[in-house]
Amino acid sequence: MNKLLDLLRGDTEADRVVPPTGFTVLLTLASSAAMAFLAVFVLALALSAGRQASAWEDALSDTATVRISAPADELEAQANAVETILAQTPGVGATHRLTADEQAQLLAPWFGEELPLDTLRLPILIEVSLDGEGPDPQGLRQRFAAEAPGAVFDDHGRWRAPMIDAASGLKTISLIALLLIVAVTGVTIALAASAALAANGQVIDVLRLVGAEDSYITRAFVRRFTLRTLIGAIGGTVVGLIAVALIPNVSLDGAVSDVGLRGFEWLLPFLVPVGAAMLAFGATRFAATRRLAEVS
Amino acid sequence: MMQKQCDMNDVPAIELHNAAMSYGGRTLFRDVGITLAQGSFHFLTGPSGAGKTTLMKLCYGALRPTEGRVSVFGEDTGHMSRDEIARMRRNVGVVHQDCQFVDHLSVSENVLLPVKVSGAVAEDLDANLSELMGWVGLTNLADHRPAELSGGERQRAALARAVILSPDVILADEPTGNVDWEMSLKILNLLIELNRLGKTVLCATHDMSLIRQAKTRVSARVLRLRGTSIELAGAEL
Ligand SMILES: Nc1ncnc2c1ncn2[C@@H]1O[C@H](COP(=O)(O)OP(=O)(O)OP(=O)(O)O)[C@@H](O)[C@H]1O
Ligand SMILES: [Mg+2]
Repeated sequence: MNKLLDLLRGDTEADRVVPPTGFTVLLTLASSAAMAFLAVFVLALALSAGRQASAWEDALSDTATVRISAPADELEAQANAVETILAQTPGVGATHRLTADEQAQLLAPWFGEELPLDTLRLPILIEVSLDGEGPDPQGLRQRFAAEAPGAVFDDHGRWRAPMIDAASGLKTISLIALLLIVAVTGVTIALAASAALAANGQVIDVLRLVGAEDSYITRAFVRRFTLRTLIGAIGGTVVGLIAVALIPNVSLDGAVSDVGLRGFEWLLPFLVPVGAAMLAFGATRFAATRRLAEVS
Repeated sequence: MMQKQCDMNDVPAIELHNAAMSYGGRTLFRDVGITLAQGSFHFLTGPSGAGKTTLMKLCYGALRPTEGRVSVFGEDTGHMSRDEIARMRRNVGVVHQDCQFVDHLSVSENVLLPVKVSGAVAEDLDANLSELMGWVGLTNLADHRPAELSGGERQRAALARAVILSPDVILADEPTGNVDWEMSLKILNLLIELNRLGKTVLCATHDMSLIRQAKTRVSARVLRLRGTSIELAGAEL
């Protein structure tokens, strides 16, 4: 890091010695800008997916539902039995039997407000809030089977679990994509630097002939490529941030829809140019060291 | 410090010890032992392809001998690190056979390169530079690009660059390579002046008239590459 700062302070004399080599300037600027843009996007995606996954995970562990469907004469007894069992089960917090009004509200979106509930035989729904890890669903189901055969324990996990997996998968893939972006950026800059070093073979020979140490020559090239990459990456990051900010923020329940950055996450993309500069520093040094090994 | 100074004066500027050089199995020379005492003037001659440039490169650590060793002021180049080689070259000015400039820099910037890469903070740099440019007769061409110079002007610019750090040794590889007689004499004069200032000079050339001319003015020895060995050429020159 110190070396990096020294480098930015710079030695303009050494800069003059290395001529600007046309296409590598553009290659470095453009590729670092593009990669920074992608990196910001993928970073936002990874953070969003991670956020979604943990939100779902939290929602998952919060509540469960017990649904009791039984012949009318047994319904009330089974519901009472369920409430007794729940009260004895560790991991179960408060329970709440949904009233007829609440059930009507739940069903209204599908059947309209005017639903004649009393003419329908509805199951009884008990909302259960869970403590910690929640109850052991297997044990609970066994007790229900014995004492309230019409009760079904639904911990919401059956349908949410795959979505959590999907969201975590998305996060993992985003992080892999980020690694690939880092790798491709590193290789691109190393190649651009190699091309520049090769194009300046004569300059390097002369510098060695007149007594330049390797570090002098390396510095001249490294400084140039690090600065170019930094500039390109800052550009790409800014455009990427604007793009992320412009993604409409629709919060559809249960879908990865709010791709974007929240709160302190807005600071993370600023690491992208810094990381790119460090990458360029390493890649160019690597290229220069390899090249100089061929010069006596 | 004094002790070291005394010792240093006895050490040859450059010494080859049983040095052999071959490129991919083809031996250019072997068992070469030469000693360039400090302040001496040597010519290195021999037919084209004999290995004059190669021997020069051994002397400034651009090549290492396949056998034997090369010492610069008593230090074995084979044991020097790359940085030590670089620093050694600041005390061994080289006029490369094809000069070698940084094309996009001006002549004076090229001449100043050794100062820049050494990081030396030289006072009176501008004065020294213009004196040096005057000495080699390139004052008017200081701001030109190397590509705009004639052969003789390039050689003199290369010589100016080789001596700007005031090195103790000057290695000049065919400094009169493609210039006319008059210009050859001018360049020879510069080398003789440097030698009179106490610098060790090794000059590769196949121009016998130049050597004969020099011998009337300095006590120069002539090393001749012949076959795979080197000999001290005698009076037949
Ligand atoms: N890097 C190299 N690899 C292989 N062979 C080489 C290399 N450099 C020089 N040679 C060969 O070694 C021989 C001597 O080359 P060198 O340049 O030392 O000769 P020279 O005496 O300086 O010739 P000239 O008078 O033409 O400058 C030549 O035959 C050349 O082809
Ligand atoms: Mg030669």
